[in-house]
Amino acid sequence: MWLYEKKLQYPVRVSTCNPMLAKFLIEQYGGADGELSAALRYLNQRYSIPDKVIGLLTDIGTEEFAHLEMIATMVYKLTKDATPEQLKAAGLGDHYANHDKALYYHDASGVPWTASYIQAKGDPIADLYEDIAAEEKARATYQWIINLSDDPDLNDGLRFLREREIVHSQRFREAVEILKEEQGKKKIF
Amino acid sequence: MKQVPAEYYQLMEQLQAVDFVLVELSLYLNTHNDDLDAINQFNHYAKERKKLKKAFESQFGPLQQFGNSFSAYPWNWDDAPWPWQV
Repeated sequence: MWLYEKKLQYPVRVSTCNPMLAKFLIEQYGGADGELSAALRYLNQRYSIPDKVIGLLTDIGTEEFAHLEMIATMVYKLTKDATPEQLKAAGLGDHYANHDKALYYHDASGVPWTASYIQAKGDPIADLYEDIAAEEKARATYQWIINLSDDPDLNDGLRFLREREIVHSQRFREAVEILKEEQGKKKIF
Repeated sequence: MKQVPAEYYQLMEQLQAVDFVLVELSLYLNTHNDDLDAINQFNHYAKERKKLKKAFESQFGPLQQFGNSFSAYPWNWDDAPWPWQV
């Protein structure tokens, strides 16, 4: 089962109300390479992957939910004081018409999240390579959002998240090596 | 937003710092399961975390649910602030 903890993984601060940054950031909430995709991808792959990497997928998948909550917190803080006019000027008029200020799982262009963003091939190497690629794509997305952002407080949180993608990618690469080694051993016998 | 005292942020940040060490060591140990130094560090910080959790909860209420934290009277699990409100 899962346990919720009433705390963020890393403090989230924003300098000012800035709905346009929220619009960009929602990419990491409900976009293809966002945190929801990441969490669901890894936790779902666990059931058909060799035992050696189930723990890693469990822990990284769980951490992704903590990142999802950080993104939600950022979006909430960037938009909570915005007027409908400000949301409209930031390109969030379409979002407001449907959701008011509620968060929704869609990308920066408003395309709703879909399961086709994630894969599960049942082949351990194929799945882990997908995971490595996903981490690298998420890292790049964080970089593009940091490039668009002029909010130093927000960027502190975004840099933390960008760094986590690098660590996750590294651990998945090690998992590939562990599986290759396992396969090699089997061939000897 | 509900005002919380400065100590809330201090204790929370200490907990976040120790938890960061624990997350990092967990992921690392998942692919390096025979690193004794890392396991010793992990167990050391797991103990630290217990102390910090207790210190935080005695002042600001339960961090976890389903029996992993104690409740005061009246039930205070569902009291604000929630993490995105501070």
